[in-house]
Amino acid sequence: MWKWLHPYANPEVSYHFTGRLIPWLSALTALFLSIGIVWALAFAPADYQQGDSFRIFYIHVPAASLSMGIYLGMAIAAFTSMVWQFKLADASAAAMAPVGAVFTAIALITGAAWGKPMWGTWWIWDARLTSELILLFLYLGVIALHNAFEDKNLAGKAAGILTLVGVINLPIIKYSVEWWNTLHQGSTVSKLGKPSMSIDMLWPFLFCFLGFALLVGTIICIRFRSEILNRNSIRPWVRTLVSEHLSKHIAQEKNNAVR
Amino acid sequence: MQFDSFSAFINMGGYGFYVWLSFGVSTALITGLIYSSITGHTKVIKNIATRQQREDKLRKVRKDRKNAQTNTQTNAPNEVTQ
Repeated sequence: MWKWLHPYANPEVSYHFTGRLIPWLSALTALFLSIGIVWALAFAPADYQQGDSFRIFYIHVPAASLSMGIYLGMAIAAFTSMVWQFKLADASAAAMAPVGAVFTAIALITGAAWGKPMWGTWWIWDARLTSELILLFLYLGVIALHNAFEDKNLAGKAAGILTLVGVINLPIIKYSVEWWNTLHQGSTVSKLGKPSMSIDMLWPFLFCFLGFALLVGTIICIRFRSEILNRNSIRPWVRTLVSEHLSKHIAQEKNNAVR
Repeated sequence: MQFDSFSAFINMGGYGFYVWLSFGVSTALITGLIYSSITGHTKVIKNIATRQQREDKLRKVRKDRKNAQTNTQTNAPNEVTQ
């Protein structure tokens, strides 16, 4: 039943597959993000309580939920690599970590810039904010471990253990606004069935969210391919690929010199 | 359109600084990430290429030395007789 999946476990096949995927992903990203951002900034109605400061929501919420989603993806990859000794999963986990760290940082910074006018403070040590900050430190730890070892299998194992231990933080972030009294407002979008938002505010959000998700996918694909090359540098297919790339590069330089 | 003029758009109902700070920082971080991901890919290819060239050179030197050695070994008896 799952046999069609097997070829994608081959590094060479996944390298070329993601290479073909990237142009489509980046085109869709540009489309959805440009529509979403323009709609969010100029056409969505202002919030009746928060005025135009509420437009920060259109980056803050996608960034925050993607920061958790990427972590979940990284944890699943770490788990598969640990249980089934599946080396490509380590490469994908290493590709996801920096992307997740950047989106966590965006969620924290936009949150601070939204908190200042609404709550009167950039930062407060409450449950939601603190657990999201811990997520950033987890990402930084995972990145550091991936880079700490010359042997990438060992690095993947060490980073994988930290990733799996850190999963406990995800439900804490998610339910922090319900379990504890915090300044942070409850969720507006992900209420099942009935999002407590008007439709003309929700549509631009969906475009932004999908755009950011596609962007994350594109960047992870790019980084995944570098990780594959780095981990398979002695394989013949990488050698031919690199020498082809180099000869193309040299031909280009010659062309430039003639001009 | 929610705004009457461009200056109203920039002002964001008095929240301009916070809104544009958020959007600016996010754009900067994301462009940085995209840039480092793309240059990282070419950097990996270049690193592998230089390592390959070094290995090829080493292999060639080793081969040449081996050839030289076998030559001197076969030549040695001749030198003695001369």
